[in-house]
Amino acid sequence: MNFGVVIFPGTWSDCDFHYVISEVLHQPVRYVWHRDTNLADFDCLILPGGFSYGDYLRAGAVAGRSPVVEALPEFTARGGLVLGSCNGFQILCEAGLLPGALMRNECLQYRCQSTYLLVENAETAFTRAMRPGQVLKMPISHGEGKYHADAETLRGLREKNQIVFRYCTEHGRVVKEANPNGSLDNIAGIINDEGTVLGLMPHPERAAEAAVGGTDGTLIFNSILGTLVEDGSFLKR
Amino acid sequence: MTAGDPKVTLDLAQSHGLTAEEYDRIIRRLGREPTFTELGLFSALWSEHCAYKHSRVFLRSLPTRAAHVLQGPGENAGIVDLGGDLALTFKIESHNHPSFIEPFQGAATGVGGILRDIFTMGARPIAVLDSLRFGDPADPRTRRLIEGVVSGIGWYGNCFGVPNLGGEVGFAPEYAGNPLVNAMAVGLVSKRGIFRARADGVGNPVFYVGAKTGRDGIHGATMASATFDETAEERRPTVQVGDPFTEKLLLEACLEAMATGAIVGIQDMGAAGLACACSEMPARSGMGMEIEVSRVPQRETGMTPYEIMLSESQERMLLVAARGREEDVRRTFAKWELDAVEIGTVTDDGLLRVRFHGAVVAEVPVKALADEAPVYEKPTARPGWQDALGAFDPLALPAPPDSCDAAAEALLTLLASPGIASKEWVFRQYDQQVGINSLVLPGSDAGVLRIKGTRTGVAVTTDCNARFVYLDPRAGAAMAVAEAARNLSVSGARPLGLTDCLNFGSPERPEILWQFKEAVAGISEACRVLEIPVVGGNVSFYNETLGQAILPTPVIGMAGILDDAEARCTQWLAEEGDRIALLGPDTVSLGGSEWLWVQHRRVAGRLAPLDLAVERALQEACRAAIGAQLLGSAHDCAEGGLAVALAEACASGPRRWGADVDLGPVGGRADLTLFGEGPSRVVVSVKADRARHFEQLMSEFRVPWRWIGRVGGDRLRIRAGEATLVDLDLDRIAGAWRGGFERYVS
Repeated sequence: MNFGVVIFPGTWSDCDFHYVISEVLHQPVRYVWHRDTNLADFDCLILPGGFSYGDYLRAGAVAGRSPVVEALPEFTARGGLVLGSCNGFQILCEAGLLPGALMRNECLQYRCQSTYLLVENAETAFTRAMRPGQVLKMPISHGEGKYHADAETLRGLREKNQIVFRYCTEHGRVVKEANPNGSLDNIAGIINDEGTVLGLMPHPERAAEAAVGGTDGTLIFNSILGTLVEDGSFLKR
Repeated sequence: MTAGDPKVTLDLAQSHGLTAEEYDRIIRRLGREPTFTELGLFSALWSEHCAYKHSRVFLRSLPTRAAHVLQGPGENAGIVDLGGDLALTFKIESHNHPSFIEPFQGAATGVGGILRDIFTMGARPIAVLDSLRFGDPADPRTRRLIEGVVSGIGWYGNCFGVPNLGGEVGFAPEYAGNPLVNAMAVGLVSKRGIFRARADGVGNPVFYVGAKTGRDGIHGATMASATFDETAEERRPTVQVGDPFTEKLLLEACLEAMATGAIVGIQDMGAAGLACACSEMPARSGMGMEIEVSRVPQRETGMTPYEIMLSESQERMLLVAARGREEDVRRTFAKWELDAVEIGTVTDDGLLRVRFHGAVVAEVPVKALADEAPVYEKPTARPGWQDALGAFDPLALPAPPDSCDAAAEALLTLLASPGIASKEWVFRQYDQQVGINSLVLPGSDAGVLRIKGTRTGVAVTTDCNARFVYLDPRAGAAMAVAEAARNLSVSGARPLGLTDCLNFGSPERPEILWQFKEAVAGISEACRVLEIPVVGGNVSFYNETLGQAILPTPVIGMAGILDDAEARCTQWLAEEGDRIALLGPDTVSLGGSEWLWVQHRRVAGRLAPLDLAVERALQEACRAAIGAQLLGSAHDCAEGGLAVALAEACASGPRRWGADVDLGPVGGRADLTLFGEGPSRVVVSVKADRARHFEQLMSEFRVPWRWIGRVGGDRLRIRAGEATLVDLDLDRIAGAWRGGFERYVS
C-alpha cells in the first residue's frame, strides 16, 4: 500500500509518520509537498501534526486552502484514504472535509500528555483491527484540540456512527476527568460520512513502538493495511 | 556619515555603554573618531554580553579538550563525538534581562536563539531544556513572570517542533527582580556535515537569509550588559519578538541548502545581529567582508545603517556561499518562502566595510570588533559576609520534637515546597515527544533520547544548587558539575561534555567577581577529575537590581551517551521485592539545605564536603550496575536529602511503590539524617534476584554503601533501628508533592 505524508510549511510530525510507516510497518511511503496535486500514486495520505503556517489566523486555516488539500475530495472519491492527526485533523475541519471545528483547549494551555481512547466504531477502514469498546493509549500534544460542532451536526455524527474515538479513563469510562481539552462529548476522533477521511487529535505515530510509549497506534495502520490478525491476538486487549 | 547621524562624542559613547577608556582605545585603533554607525558596532561587539570583558580572564582556565571533542568553545556551539558517523552538538544560553522586561517574548526568543546556535552547526535540534529561577511564587508579579516565561518557551519550542526533555525551576527572593531563563538545545549532526561560522574564500558571496529586519531588539546586547533600575519598563523596545514558524522554515531551508554543498560558512544572527555576524565570521578566517546594507530585507521604512546593523530581529542567518553556487541558495530558500539576498562579499583586507547606497558608513578592522575588546582583570574580594554565613550552625537551632509525626510533617512540608514539588504544570505545556526519540520524559533525573538506526542513547540535564554556590562558590560550583554528571550516570549515561551558563550579579563589584572566579575554579576542578570537557557556554552578568544581586547561579548543562539505550534507568521504584541500597558517604549537612530554607527561611551554614574521587567512583559504579541490568531504579539525593529522594522514588512516577527502609541506629538528630544534604549520594533499588551480583559489583568500586530496605506496600516507612522516623501513606506523599508548586500557578 502506497502511503503519502503531506508536508506544509511548519509541519513537524511528517518525519515521525514517515519513519513509522517505513521502518516499523515496512510500507512504501513518500513525502508530498503541499503544492502537489498529483495524488494518483497513493492509497493513503497522512496529514501529520505540527503548526502548519504557524497556526496563523486559526490552526489549519491556511493549510486547509492549499492545493494538496483541494485535491483530496477527488482522491477520496477514487477510493483513497486520508488520515489527519492533530494539526491534520484541524486542517480537515477547516477544509470542510470533516464537520465541526477544533478550538482552544478549555484549560487555555497547551497540553502534552497520555490519553486513553474508547473505540466507538470498529467498522471503519481505520479501526477494523480493533474491537468496539477497546481502550487505546495514545499521546496528545496540542493547544487547540477542543472539538466543537453544533447540535444538528452532533446528532448527525451520532446517528451515522461517525464518532470513532472518545477520551476515556484507563477502564473505558467516558467522563469529564478523562477529557484533556473540553471536547464536546469527549470526542477525540471522527470519520466522514463516506468513511474515507478520519481525523483524530492524538498522535498514533507516537504510539507505534514499545520503547517510545506503546504500540496502540499501530492498530490504526494495521486497519488501513487490512491486516486483521486471525489468531485474535489483538482482540485479547 | 549618514545625514541625520548625531555627532560622535565621548558623551554619546558613554550613553552607548562604553567607558571613556574604551572610547579612547577605539579612537587609537582607528586612528580617528568613529562614525556613528561604527560607534554602534563597537558598543554592541564590545558589550559585556558579546565580549566577555570581565570573564574571559577566568574562563581561560576551564578544561576544554578531550579526544572526543570535535569542536570546543569558540564556535556557535560545541560538538562531541557519538561514535560512527554521528556527533552531538549542544549549548546553553541565557535570556535573563529580556525575560524580566517581557517574559513571554523574552523567554521565547531565548529558545529561538539557542536553536539557531545549534542548527547553524549543521545539526537538527533533537531536544531543548530550560533552567529557570524566580522569586517567591506567592507574589503575583512573580506568578505573572512564571506564566509568561513558561508559555513563551512552550509557544516557541512547540511551534518550532522540538521536544522538551528536562530542566529545572528554582525559587529564591534574590531572583524576584532578576529572573533567570537559561535555554539549552541539543542537536544531532553527521560528522561530515558540520558547518562553521567562517567567511572563507575571497570573492565568495555573502547572503542574508531568513526573516526581514526591523527595529526590534536594537541594543539588546547593551541592555543585557547593565543592571536594572527604576526605568526597566522603558526598555521594552529592546526585547526581540519571535516567530517560531519562520524559524522552522529557516531550519529546513538551512539544512537543505547545506546538503547542496553550496555553503562555505554560516552563522546565526543573535545578539548584535548583523554587526556580530559580519565581524566574527571574517575574523575567524582572517578575512574581511564588504556589505551593502540597503539590500537587507527590511520590514520597516527609513531604517538607518546603524539600525540595520544593530537590529536583533530574530530568525535570520548570515551565510557565505561558494561563488557560482548562488542559485542553489536562492532556490532552496525560495522553496521555503524565505528571503535570501546577496548583500556582500568576502574580502581579504581584514576590514568590515559597510556601505549604504554605495557610501561607506563604517570601515573597521574585523578583529578590532571581534577579538580586541579589552580583557579586564578587575578586583575580586571575598565578601565580608562569607565567614558569618559559614559560621552558622543549623544544629544550634532548637531541635524539632523527636516524634514520628513531626518528621512526617517536615517531609510533607518539604515535598510541598515549590523548589521540590512537582513541576508537571510546567512541562505538560511543552511537547516532549516530537521526533519520536524520547525514551525518558521530563520528571526523572535526566531526559533520555534514542538515536534511530543505532543502539546509542543520549541523556541530558541541567543542574545548579545556587544556595550551595552562595555559601561556598568553589565547592558549590564543583557540586553543580558533580550533580549534573551524577544525574546522567544514574540514568545510565556516561557524561561527554558540559556547557555552562554563568549567571551572576555585577562584575564591577569585587565580591561578585570573587564569586565568579571561585565558581569557575570549582567547575574547572570538577571537570578535570571527572574528565568532562567544557565545550561551550555563556556568561550573564549584571543580574541585579538596585544593588541586590541574584544568588551566584552557574547552571551546568550536560550531555552523556548510553552505549545501549535499552540499558537506561529512571528514578522510580520499579518492582515489589526489589532491595533498596544507599550509595555514597554518610556525610550530610543542613547547611544550605532546602530544609533550612523551608523551616527557617535561612541560607547559611557549611556544606558537606565534596570528594571528587569518591564522586567519580560512585558514578562509575552506577553506570556499571545499570549496564549490567541489576537495577530497578536509581535516584540522585539532592534537595531535601535522603527522605525526599525516597519519597520521590516511591511516589513521583507513573506507578507508585511503597518502601520499608531501616537506616540502622543513627546517632544525632533525625532531621539531619532525613533531610541533610550532601554530594555523591544515590538511592538505588536492586532487582531481588540480582542482589548478590550487585554486592559483587560494588566491591570492585571504592564507594561506601549499604542495604537499607525493600520495595513494597503503599507506605513509606523510614526507621532508624528501634525508632520510626517517618511512616506515611503514598497518597499523602503524592498529594503534597503534586500540589506544592501548582497551587501557586493554577
